[in-house]
Amino acid sequence: MQMQLSERHHQYWRANLRITSVLLAIWFLVTFGIGFFARDLNFTFFGWPFSFWVAAQGALIVYVVIIWYYARHMNRLDQEHGVAEEE
Amino acid sequence: MAGLSFEQGSGGGASANKAFKAQLNKVYTWYTGGFLTFILVLAVLEQMGLPRNWIGFIFLIATVALYAGIGIMSRTTDAAEYYVAGRRVPAIYNGMATGADWMSAASFIGMAGTLYLTGFGGLAFILGWTGGYCLVALFLAPYLRKFGQFTIPDFLGARYEGNLPRFLGIVAAILCSFTYVVAQIYGVGVITARLSGLAFEIGIFVGLGGILVCSFLGGMRAVTWTQVAQYIILIIAYMVPVVWLSVKQTSVPIPQAIYGYQLEKVTASEKRLREDPKEKEVIAAFKAKADEFDAKLKDIPAALAADKDAATKKLASLKEANAPVAEVQAAEKALAAVPANEADAKKAWTAAKTANAARAVPLGGMPSHAQVFAGDPNGDEKAQKAFDVSRRNFLALVFCLMVGTAALPHILMRYYTTPSVKEARESVFWSLFFIFLLYFTAPALAVLVKYEVFNVLVGTPFDQLPRWITSWQRVDPTLLSVIDINKDGIFQLGEMKIGGDIIVLATPEIGGLPYVVSGMVAAGGLAAALSTADGLLLTIANALSHDLYYKMIDPNAPTARRVMISKMLLLVVALAAAAVAAQKPADILFLVSAAFSFAAAAFFPALVLGVFWKRANKWGASLGMIAGLGTTFYYMVTTQPWLRGVFGVTSPVQLWWDIQPISAGLFGVPMGFLVILVVSLLTPAPSKETQELVEHVRYPDLRLGKA
Repeated sequence: MQMQLSERHHQYWRANLRITSVLLAIWFLVTFGIGFFARDLNFTFFGWPFSFWVAAQGALIVYVVIIWYYARHMNRLDQEHGVAEEE
Repeated sequence: MAGLSFEQGSGGGASANKAFKAQLNKVYTWYTGGFLTFILVLAVLEQMGLPRNWIGFIFLIATVALYAGIGIMSRTTDAAEYYVAGRRVPAIYNGMATGADWMSAASFIGMAGTLYLTGFGGLAFILGWTGGYCLVALFLAPYLRKFGQFTIPDFLGARYEGNLPRFLGIVAAILCSFTYVVAQIYGVGVITARLSGLAFEIGIFVGLGGILVCSFLGGMRAVTWTQVAQYIILIIAYMVPVVWLSVKQTSVPIPQAIYGYQLEKVTASEKRLREDPKEKEVIAAFKAKADEFDAKLKDIPAALAADKDAATKKLASLKEANAPVAEVQAAEKALAAVPANEADAKKAWTAAKTANAARAVPLGGMPSHAQVFAGDPNGDEKAQKAFDVSRRNFLALVFCLMVGTAALPHILMRYYTTPSVKEARESVFWSLFFIFLLYFTAPALAVLVKYEVFNVLVGTPFDQLPRWITSWQRVDPTLLSVIDINKDGIFQLGEMKIGGDIIVLATPEIGGLPYVVSGMVAAGGLAAALSTADGLLLTIANALSHDLYYKMIDPNAPTARRVMISKMLLLVVALAAAAVAAQKPADILFLVSAAFSFAAAAFFPALVLGVFWKRANKWGASLGMIAGLGTTFYYMVTTQPWLRGVFGVTSPVQLWWDIQPISAGLFGVPMGFLVILVVSLLTPAPSKETQELVEHVRYPDLRLGKA
């Protein structure tokens, strides 16, 4: 079978790469950005030092949201570009 | 009955999937209700006088029988059912199963203890073991599901055109999974022994029975439905004592929201305890002991002779004075305990000196809980370096744990079991959500327990210490020991030595809950260890039977024989792992963490580039996996004390950029990427069919011609 991808396919893959890199950047900033400057971000946040709270709770919340958003976004992208699976 | 619920009517499709999910909801709601009723009944029986060891036994028998029962009801010989649970596990249930698969004895029992002992530093595990799922979601799960085979070596074999990458995948999968499964079975043995009072070795084999009946009969299908059941038990067991402690201390039942204020109080107590004269007395007492051993070490022959002499004289004088038998026996024991020769004396005294010196520090050696990294960036040169190294190692460990999480075969394999790519994506969300519930709570547990110890325990007279201290001290003095070293009759923080592994198990008793809750927490730990062991054993057995035997040795083997061989191998691997665990290998925790670095370096670059870079080819991937694994292995063997001993390395320890051996993957992962890039570009591009496979994997449904 000769495989010929349409322009729509390429658009889909580019959009996928775009959202993947944006979410990866957020993941990186929250983990290693705040991690690197953790000592400086030590102000009190509802009792916790802020960077302690981020490592114990804040970052975890961001991770869950990243994955939730990716699933929702990609499932829509599948529909829009006609590559969704048949139900 | 529950057994019927795991069957699905023929035909498949969306409506069948929906009906199946509804049925699952019903079964597991009843199951949860049943579990809660079971706890309540036991609680009532306890009030009526049911003895404690009976409660332990009932928990052990009931849960293991339950898991075995699910295994028997889900038995199968069909390949798709056996390897990937028929590919119809709804996203939310696959998430729960992944959660149980993921959360091992280390997460359930060990993590809150690590946080208690190390404060902020321990949060590297929380970050690493959750953030890794972002990588799973973005780079791997949907594509592996679209690829849709049975194992991770399957993907490597197909994508990189041949048996060499597949074989490397098998080797790496077994290396990571085996070290990990040994640790789980060890945990099963410890908990079973605690619950029932059986010997450790017998405990291992009782637990093993539960694991085997389940995965042996029903493969992935049985393991999946058991893991869901185990998740429900472990999350209830983890939450109850923490919520109770929170209500007790703050009268707010949401510990995760409130423990920031408890942390402030803990920090204030830390300041007070550092300045406390009684604590300083304790430190001085340990220091004096350490100095005593130091003096002895300076002239071993003389000190040894003096010790022997003193012990002999004491015994003689006691005998002469017709002292009570107990005193004479104690003196005899003391004489026998004097080291036999100089070498022994040196060894024993060096150890004693180090142990005492380690306790001659404020807060029993724990850092301030809320302090971010050691050292001080604005201090002198030494403090600056300490800060820098501490921060670097924290971030390196987070990196290795994250990438390792995204490369452990027993986790990735679970995403083959969902009905579609869409559900695979959602399933990663549910996985992290269910894992998040526990990891969100562990730091709260650590702080609440610390508050209890600092503010309730410290200052208690020794004869009024709570019962859990004496009972745990009796179970294993290496896990908990208290000694009134300054002889004031009052408990000081420095006088307790506590192991991280008992924090979670002892929390119900620390909070003053009935024993039935302790039994439930132990059963939760057992569920965590068993569920992870199930997944790991299945990964190893499948790598051997499916990838090695069926794909490489006998491609014409009928399905029934493949499944049969997988079951046989499962038995062999489980017994081998149990045999290793029964030796109580040293440094088991190090081995578990090492598995993450190995998985990260071996699998992550090859899997990710396999999807995102069409040009990556067979030679690049093979050499990249070897280079990544080799670099990690080399760094660990040359720097980690125990491995240095095993491999007889004697050259001086040379750390690269002061990175600890546990984070060896920090060097292995970039090395893997680099080698794959360079070698792939130097060798011919993969065939057209392989490049089309990559396209195929990238789109949930290509629908060529229609789009």
